[in-house]
Amino acid sequence: MTYLFAAYCFVWVVLFGYLRFLQTRLSTLQKEIALLKASIEKK
Amino acid sequence: MRERDTVWSTLSYVLFFAMLTSLYLIFLFAPIERTMGHVQRIFYFHVPSAWVAFLAFFMVFLASVAYIMTRNLRYDRLALASAEVGVIFCTIVLVTGPIWARPAWGIWWTWDARLTSTLVLWLIYASYLLLRGFVEEERRKALLAAVVGIVGFVDVPIVYMSIRWWRTQHPQPVFAGGEGSGLDPQMRLAFFFTLAVFTILFAILTRLSAGVRRAEQDLAELDRLIAIKE
Repeated sequence: MTYLFAAYCFVWVVLFGYLRFLQTRLSTLQKEIALLKASIEKK
Repeated sequence: MRERDTVWSTLSYVLFFAMLTSLYLIFLFAPIERTMGHVQRIFYFHVPSAWVAFLAFFMVFLASVAYIMTRNLRYDRLALASAEVGVIFCTIVLVTGPIWARPAWGIWWTWDARLTSTLVLWLIYASYLLLRGFVEEERRKALLAAVVGIVGFVDVPIVYMSIRWWRTQHPQPVFAGGEGSGLDPQMRLAFFFTLAVFTILFAILTRLSAGVRRAEQDLAELDRLIAIKE
């Protein structure tokens, strides 16, 4: 059972960690794009 | 565009409940395997991860061919996103395999054809991702990566066929493996359901990753515009 538990924990941590990383990165980039677009329009 | 977003958002919710169902099928519905016991349940994540890795690398191959033919950066973004997701799933295969091997074979790792060719596959696509960091110019980077994406795919059929071509420590194929192969109907249901869930997860992750690449390129373009204006 220890091995099974270790394998499943690894799978979930990797998958959700990667999903979270992508979501955070996308949201940061979208904010930066919006800021830059606004600054271009001002100029 | 909004309609398409709604479809993806719905798919994400469906995926969440499908994952819970898959856990139910794996742990409570599928029977305990006679010789290995509970540890055999690693199979339900190990094999679908390998399937998704193969699918992802096949996407890299197709998108790389499409990029070379059209020089459209959209295909390069798709290839990159698929390679990244493929490496994630290949890592899962390479970690869950030894965790399963230890109680089943008594060893963590052996240099047999299946395990070695899978490690080589991981190295090829990890290099594909690293290589992109060494080239500055966008079009040159995309072309070089496309060549690696096409050549690297040669290892996928080798990994798949390795247990048929050579004698290996790794078990023979469960499906279409000749006499004595196959799964109990309940195990088969749990397996194919998890396989479908992982395939949907692959589609969602690839789309999200391609979205990140698109946003990165848009940002670089905006930076360039601002620099020109200043």
